[in-house]
Amino acid sequence: MGDYIAIVILVGLAAVICGAMVSLSFVLGPKNTTPYKQSPYECGVQPLGDARERFPIKFYLVAMLFILFDIEVVFLWSWLTVFKNADLAYQTFSFGAVMVYMVLWIIGDAYVIRVNAIDWDETTSLHPAKLGEPDPAALPVTARDLELVGGAR
Amino acid sequence: MYNLLAQTDGNGLAKRLAEAFPPPTIDWPSILPIALVVCTGIVALIVEMLRPRQNNNAIIGFSLVGLFFAGLSLTSQFASPDLESFGGMVLRDRFSLTIQLLVVMVTGLTILFSDGYLRAKRIPFGEFYPLVLWSASGAMMMASSKNLLMIFLGIEVLSISLYVLAGMSKTETKSEESALKYFLLGAFASAFLLYGIAFMYGATGSLHLDAIRSAWNPNDEAFRNMMLFGMGLMLFGLAFKAAFVPFHQWTPDVYQGAPTNVTAFMAAGSKIGAMAALWRLLSASTTNVDLGATFQSYWMPALFWIAILTMTVGNLVALVQKDVKRTLGYSSIAHAGYILVGILAHVNNPEKVGIGTTVFYLLSYSLMTIGAFAVVSLTAKNGKEGTRFEDLHGLWKRSPFAVGCLIVFVASLIGIPPTSGFFGKLMIFNDALASDLMPLAIVLAVNSVLSVYYYVGIAKAAFVDAEGARTPESAPMNLGLAATCLLCAGGIFAVVILFNPLMNWLVGAP
Repeated sequence: MGDYIAIVILVGLAAVICGAMVSLSFVLGPKNTTPYKQSPYECGVQPLGDARERFPIKFYLVAMLFILFDIEVVFLWSWLTVFKNADLAYQTFSFGAVMVYMVLWIIGDAYVIRVNAIDWDETTSLHPAKLGEPDPAALPVTARDLELVGGAR
Repeated sequence: MYNLLAQTDGNGLAKRLAEAFPPPTIDWPSILPIALVVCTGIVALIVEMLRPRQNNNAIIGFSLVGLFFAGLSLTSQFASPDLESFGGMVLRDRFSLTIQLLVVMVTGLTILFSDGYLRAKRIPFGEFYPLVLWSASGAMMMASSKNLLMIFLGIEVLSISLYVLAGMSKTETKSEESALKYFLLGAFASAFLLYGIAFMYGATGSLHLDAIRSAWNPNDEAFRNMMLFGMGLMLFGLAFKAAFVPFHQWTPDVYQGAPTNVTAFMAAGSKIGAMAALWRLLSASTTNVDLGATFQSYWMPALFWIAILTMTVGNLVALVQKDVKRTLGYSSIAHAGYILVGILAHVNNPEKVGIGTTVFYLLSYSLMTIGAFAVVSLTAKNGKEGTRFEDLHGLWKRSPFAVGCLIVFVASLIGIPPTSGFFGKLMIFNDALASDLMPLAIVLAVNSVLSVYYYVGIAKAAFVDAEGARTPESAPMNLGLAATCLLCAGGIFAVVILFNPLMNWLVGAP
């Protein structure tokens, strides 16, 4: 039993914190209810309706990026635990390996920011140069509108 | 938590962990090709990030140069001795180098003809190139390890990029459908594979194929059942990737819905990877006499019937297709069956039958498949694409060169004598006879005859005058596409003319 006392404490703490979060927000929170707020998910996707309609994927995108950050921390944490007390050869090798991982990670993040993946209102479309066509800014307005209609939507 | 552990035996734990995973001995050249391909993908992505408002030419340039150097580093290692480094995770032998070289070639050919098609389809995302490169690195990983976990990782790296690529045409319903189908079924197959790996690990305590082989103990019944069960699950997973018949249902839908250049890469690159992994798994089980005998008594009949079904169903169903991409999809299933016959012939009698046949067939199959899909990609224009047989009508007037090449690819897919397809089939036929697999040889021959009908149908469609075509005019021939067609068509003859030196170079003395 003695070995598991820490886990029991952890479970207890988790239960207390979760219970506090749910009950306190119920007790203390202002109660301005609207029909929309009463729906099963008050933010995000309309829960009722046609399954084939288009819906914004921004929530999922943010959630996915968050999970990636989470996993990164998990990896670094376990690595540091071993790294602290290991010998020099191990430290050099594993440091190199983790740095490769981190560089890839940072490039990925830079890419996410660059393509506006976490911008809430941004709608992106392909630049005409990708299609091997002239820049619409350089064309007269009517021609530019035609470009956009036939463009990469 | 950590602090609690540290108070009891934290230092000891960290030390034990560090000792359990010592820094491995490293042979950098052995992973240089894979690293080069991955880094090329990263560079391509950075180029896209730096100049998102430019065309893709710079990205293509970087990608092709990177692939060239990867190929160079592979060929420079052909003379080097076999070795395992990174703690048994990476294996360099002739087979892995050859397969990696094939994957690099396939990727280069795909990239070469992609941009014109992507522009015509109005989806020229710069991200296509990094994704294809990373996908290729997965296929290369699958070939260059005997560690089951590395093979699994390779499959995942290969597949996850392909799931994204299949759905790249975002506004097309069928592209989305193909991505979703591929993803769901692929995830399912990966789970099978991983479950099988877990069973083999549970039985032997190792993930390395050599260690698994030496741990084989035929007298322990529980052990044997676990191994066979694990092996069966692994075969399910790999058979899905290679599209053998009971596991082929995803293939036509995904091939039809995905953008044509992605389909070309899927049909060639992904299949090479899966076949390489399958060969590693099966050949590991033959080198040990006991395991080989048991393996053959249990799994040889299963694989025997899978091969017959794959060849027959692939060809029969292809006969009634109305879509060129679907037809080529079923044709790729049939060809997977032919390749499986080659592998089985080797597994059945490794002394008499080498691996050269399979490698040669994979090479020739890649050339003709990528070439055929490249020609079919000509039907896209202004964001629309029709891939029914009618949409090829009149192609011979618009681009006679492409149709000329198409005839070569079709002739090779059928297996008409001067082409590599014929010699590939002949070699598989001979191997099957040499290792007492007469029924498979006969089924192969009958199926080759069956397949003539629909392959000729593809070539015929290009010569009919345009009437029913939904896309009245196809995209103009572009330089990259012409280069791909020329390389593939030329390669189909070149590999026959240079057969002996090529095979000596690729697989060593036959």
